[in-house]
Amino acid sequence: MWRYTLVRILSAIPVIAVVGIITFSIIHIAPGDPAAIIGGDEATVEDLQRIRAELGTDQPIHIQFIRWISRLAQGDLGTSIFSRKSITELMAPRLQPTLSLGIQVVLLSTLLGISIGILSAWKAGTPIDRGFMFFAVLGFSAPGFWLAFILIWGLSVNLRWFPALGYSPIGDGLLTHLHSMFLPVAVNSILSSAFISRITRSAMLDVLQEDYVRTARAKGLRELVVFLRHAFRPASIPVVTVIGASMASLATGFVVTESIFAIPGLGRMLIEAIIRRDFPIIQAMMMVVATAYVLINLVIDILYAYLDPRIRY
Amino acid sequence: MRTQQEQPTIRLAPSASMRIRRFFNAFLLITRGNPNVLLGVIILAIILLITIFAPLIVRSDYTQTTTDLRLPPSSEHWFGTDAFGRDVFDRVIAGSRVSLYVGFAVTTISVVLGLIIALFAGYFRILDHVVMRFVDGLLAFPTILLALALIALLGGSVNNVIIALSVTGTASKVRLVRGQVLSLREEQFVEAARAVGSPVWRILFIHIAPNTFGVVIVQATFTLATAILAEASLSFLGAGVPEFIPTWGNIVATGKGYVQVAFWISFFPGVFLTLTVLAVVLIGDALRDYLDPKLRGQFL
Repeated sequence: MWRYTLVRILSAIPVIAVVGIITFSIIHIAPGDPAAIIGGDEATVEDLQRIRAELGTDQPIHIQFIRWISRLAQGDLGTSIFSRKSITELMAPRLQPTLSLGIQVVLLSTLLGISIGILSAWKAGTPIDRGFMFFAVLGFSAPGFWLAFILIWGLSVNLRWFPALGYSPIGDGLLTHLHSMFLPVAVNSILSSAFISRITRSAMLDVLQEDYVRTARAKGLRELVVFLRHAFRPASIPVVTVIGASMASLATGFVVTESIFAIPGLGRMLIEAIIRRDFPIIQAMMMVVATAYVLINLVIDILYAYLDPRIRY
Repeated sequence: MRTQQEQPTIRLAPSASMRIRRFFNAFLLITRGNPNVLLGVIILAIILLITIFAPLIVRSDYTQTTTDLRLPPSSEHWFGTDAFGRDVFDRVIAGSRVSLYVGFAVTTISVVLGLIIALFAGYFRILDHVVMRFVDGLLAFPTILLALALIALLGGSVNNVIIALSVTGTASKVRLVRGQVLSLREEQFVEAARAVGSPVWRILFIHIAPNTFGVVIVQATFTLATAILAEASLSFLGAGVPEFIPTWGNIVATGKGYVQVAFWISFFPGVFLTLTVLAVVLIGDALRDYLDPKLRGQFL
């Protein structure tokens, strides 16, 4: 077990290194001077000089890389070109809204997705199952920004149940916070639970054909017990993988919903940086998100090995 | 005359008519197992027809602003007009061309490039390590994040959106096909080909590649679906195709501020977008069930 954990941790290091190389070189792949791209058309020669010095692009490329990596290793994500503040400081207040959104979406979509998946597997082949699965495909097909638009139109403009825009931090009281977050949480949860429910259903249907499930039924156990205790446990393994893998698509969802609902989170910060071509922020964001993704999947892989001894060998 | 026709002939390849019949048989088999696919085929066929005949369907100059601001849907403006008085129906129809073009271009580039890279990476061990670490690194970035960063650098245009989305698309195809190549490499027919002295390109492209097509076709449908959605998201965020070239994503964006007074601006392009992706996903699902019944019910 320790051996597996160690090997798995070591295997994440080259991936993070490659992430670093890609993030660093992205600014150098465009033809021309990065400073000119960032500065735009109206930049003066002095502006360009300043940007070059701030980016360090007036140095040879290997020096730039070494400097960048050693700063990263010390937890310094760089300095924004526009506000000239440290990116770590800029990110700190943006973390809470995004984390809150993330936790709510993961909890809600897992709960919804797994319940719908189990229910569909239970009623497999019936209109209930077909109905749920059709909505699951529909949920996968609808773009997040359009779903957000429909929910705003229905629940906020017409029924006036939820605010269309604006964000109340947890400091304003938990209920106010949850109320202001309802629509963005709903949009992302509908999209990702559609995905989770399909995987749960197919994993359940696979497991239900196993001999031990038949044995459990033959013993006269209630169907509910067979489903939840005997079938769901082994079926949950592929489901957990999917939840881990869906972290990447969650990031996409957050960029879009934070910009629609005016939530001051990391996704909105990224969009603002893209519009201003504030490359140090974009690079910092790439580094943080990709590293988080690698680490989350690392933890999930190791958890698996604990749950399912077959994986270790 | 008759005797000549009855002479035994050796058929090297199935005739065209037989191929068509086989195709229809396969199609019938697919639809019998999964009636949803028929819905998918019909929707996609309609959307493709609309796209092909778009110049004939569009009635107004949708780039021209008029004084008919935010008119609700009527017999004259089927989907209403937007905040600049442009006909939303015409913009949606014209936009279908760009949205589908981006989708198909990204899919083609990712599949072709991904297949070639994966064939070489899966066959040559040394190459494999380098390529796969790079692919792992690329796939650690969410598609939209990498695409946004690339577009911030290259500028928003149809071609740059295609380039940006093809990067992740290719990487995911490489990972998928390379796994197939690794196991196919050990098969006897590859060993046999090597034994008779086939050159490497022949082993890769004639013997190994066709055996990966089943998986690749299924994956290609999901790439098409995600590429259409990703282009729409980028254009919606204002970091994709510029506003003067209508695509479903940026038309939805033009109605963003008018939810209360003119919901039709954003509603209709979204319907087209959702139906198209739905159709592609339904077809992909059915193809996967047909080609590999073991994977039933899982997508991506």
